[in-house]
Amino acid sequence: MHALHYAKPVFVKNDTVLEMHHIRKAFPGVVALDDVRFELRRGEVHILLGENGAGKSTLVKILSGAYQKTAGQIILDGQETDIRNPRHAQELGIAIIYQEFNLVPQLSAGENIFLGQEQIHASGLINQREIIASAQDILDDLGAEIEARKPVSELGVAQQQMVEVAKALSLDARILIMDEPTSALTEQEITELFNTIRKLKQKGVSIIYISHRLEELFEIGDRVTILRDGKYIDTRNIADVTKSELINMMVNRELKSHFPKLGAATGEEVLRVSGLNRKGVLYDISFSIHQGEVLGIAGLLGSGRTELASSLFGVGKIDSGEIYIRGKRQRIKSPRRAINLGIGLLTEDRKSQGLIMILSTKDNICLPSVERFSRLGFVDTKEETQAATQYVRDLRIKTPSLHQQVMFLSGGNQQKVVISKWLCCQADILIFDEPTRGIDVGSKVEIYQLMNRLTAQGVAIIMISSELPEILGMSDRIMVMSQGRIAGEFSAGETTQEQILHCALGGAA
Amino acid sequence: MTPKDFLLHYGRQFGTLIGLLGLVITLWILTPYFLTISNLLNVAQQTSINAIIAVGMTFVIITAGIDLSVGSIVAFSGVVLASALQAAIPLPIAILIGLAVGAFCGLVNGVLITYGRLPPFISTLGMMSVARGAALLYTGGRPISGFSSGFRYLATGEILHIPVPVIIMVLVYIIAHVVLTRTKLGRYAYAIGGNEEAAVLSGVNVKFYKAMVYGLSGMLSGLAAIILTARLNSAQPIAGMMYELDAIAATVIGGTSLMGGEGRIIGTLIGALIMGVLRNGLNLLGVSSFVQQTVIGSVIIIAVLMDMALKKQRK
Repeated sequence: MHALHYAKPVFVKNDTVLEMHHIRKAFPGVVALDDVRFELRRGEVHILLGENGAGKSTLVKILSGAYQKTAGQIILDGQETDIRNPRHAQELGIAIIYQEFNLVPQLSAGENIFLGQEQIHASGLINQREIIASAQDILDDLGAEIEARKPVSELGVAQQQMVEVAKALSLDARILIMDEPTSALTEQEITELFNTIRKLKQKGVSIIYISHRLEELFEIGDRVTILRDGKYIDTRNIADVTKSELINMMVNRELKSHFPKLGAATGEEVLRVSGLNRKGVLYDISFSIHQGEVLGIAGLLGSGRTELASSLFGVGKIDSGEIYIRGKRQRIKSPRRAINLGIGLLTEDRKSQGLIMILSTKDNICLPSVERFSRLGFVDTKEETQAATQYVRDLRIKTPSLHQQVMFLSGGNQQKVVISKWLCCQADILIFDEPTRGIDVGSKVEIYQLMNRLTAQGVAIIMISSELPEILGMSDRIMVMSQGRIAGEFSAGETTQEQILHCALGGAA
Repeated sequence: MTPKDFLLHYGRQFGTLIGLLGLVITLWILTPYFLTISNLLNVAQQTSINAIIAVGMTFVIITAGIDLSVGSIVAFSGVVLASALQAAIPLPIAILIGLAVGAFCGLVNGVLITYGRLPPFISTLGMMSVARGAALLYTGGRPISGFSSGFRYLATGEILHIPVPVIIMVLVYIIAHVVLTRTKLGRYAYAIGGNEEAAVLSGVNVKFYKAMVYGLSGMLSGLAAIILTARLNSAQPIAGMMYELDAIAATVIGGTSLMGGEGRIIGTLIGALIMGVLRNGLNLLGVSSFVQQTVIGSVIIIAVLMDMALKKQRK
């Protein structure tokens, strides 16, 4: 008789499945990742932590094949590999679950799980029964109570997520990347998700987990890697690290000196918001802003910052609450109304919302002001050209001609065109949503200087930004939003990045 | 505008013009009769109806839409106009009725697309069938024929040897050019087609101006119906079949992008002339109408392929 071994197969804890060395990713004008390293072990939950724009998404997109690294080394199971495209990543056993699910709502859960890998019958038709049966096996194995034949459109968010997990498993994924998996889940659903994650760990699946919610990390994570401004900061065991240590590593300590903030004299109140509510999005928002003031709004993605901007601009609807412009109560039902009241919105997404890329610099600058340049429906093109020429010169927009399409301009110059739009129609309450995103450093400083000039002229600026140094460097006052509420308010000189981040992460002010 | 700006604006149309000139020279070599004044005026006259409809189509396509109903609107406006004329309604009022019927059909399209949120393809496809049916119902399927010489002058008359339809066409193009380049409607049409969301966020009343553009397209179909009815001395409920395709072809050959936001009215005129010259030339050469169809279809495809290749090169 040979000795019986009752011991379960134990995964060697140091069994490394993935190594990334010196990863660099450059986009035109911006370096998203610089000399980043990352290491993943079998059966661990590895948290990827960092502020918005720290490079987490870029890193996982390189892993999932959505982006190609500019330089560096990826070693999978000891072999150097280039991940060529998403399909290749799948073949290598890497799966990713984005915040926005990639499911076809009209198809059943089972069909979604096997989408693109359908078993084909000898007759050339899809073997529907087989698909549903295998999908059901995977779902049951996960402990998910989902009927494989049910259309995805009839499933809840958590169940859809489970379908995504099952899909990854059907592809024999050994590395599962989850991007903010709990952002849309209830407490109960989060608990269930964590149970599933633990099951996956036992199967030897390694999980890269991106989240902002610090509490969660301590509950589910094994190790954590912190990124900041596209750079690698540190990798630690969750058991050996504290919350405040993590926050310290996430934020940038050195305040860069390129914030040329000049305080302007503040005048009378131009905008006051009182008790603004938008169901499920904004709760009890009250604040005011004065002439010449920059009000910074910080908060994580999804904290309601952008939604607040759209509500003030007549796009997002308002369920209750009041808006006063220069002391007078106003109902802002359309962007036109907002513009007439002197509000301008520089949107977060310049390309899809801010500019009409195939139109010229001149046409873009003049678009909100066409009414003003028109008499009896006829546009005074001379006046238009004069105005556009003035802003191109004033803001030093680099374009070969007023008639050049804006798609050929650089990001910084495009942003200046957007600002010119609002200056041209004489807006004096400007809402800047991520004004320097995707812009090179030189143009950033120019935009800050422009903000100084505007506030000196009495313009009030609400600046929404994910970049804490920018918020601290350019604001007079700072409002922090978290989960649709105002979580805290600070005076710029009297707060720190740590304090703001703590507040934005849901801690007490 | 500096010469360079002019090229930025009209570079694409310049290419179409060269295409037209090349075609003209080729036909001149092949058949000397082609380049006689009487034949050229003939071409212009035959082109006028399609060219006028294509103006409305250009506006619609600039907003990134499409209007499939123009041909049916021509038929419906035509028969209503004809019955008004036969009821001895004064000529100017009858003409206004013809225009109004077209504009009304177009506005219905516009309202369905903006307030009803229907895709333009579906809305105008429906209208294509509805207006055709209405024309057949209205006439019981029979043509309405025989009008006063005063009305027929609109098609047969000449001013300084130039046919009246050609003069109307030229006027329409001048006005359309001014509207497109110098009025709010034109400015907003480009903005809506270029990026509807950005247009809304710039304070453009997108729904209103979109509806107006479809109304305009309908009204120009009404105008085309007037000329067509005068020329044939008869209003046919089955008139205007496939006119939408000719109008779309003229617009697209003229450099207006189906993606919206781009296009010049002068390009559409050149596009319509290319179609007209090609038909005329093939007729003069005795090419069968079956072959003609094939050739014209190929020209459309080649024109768009070349356009896309040029654009790619520029980027």
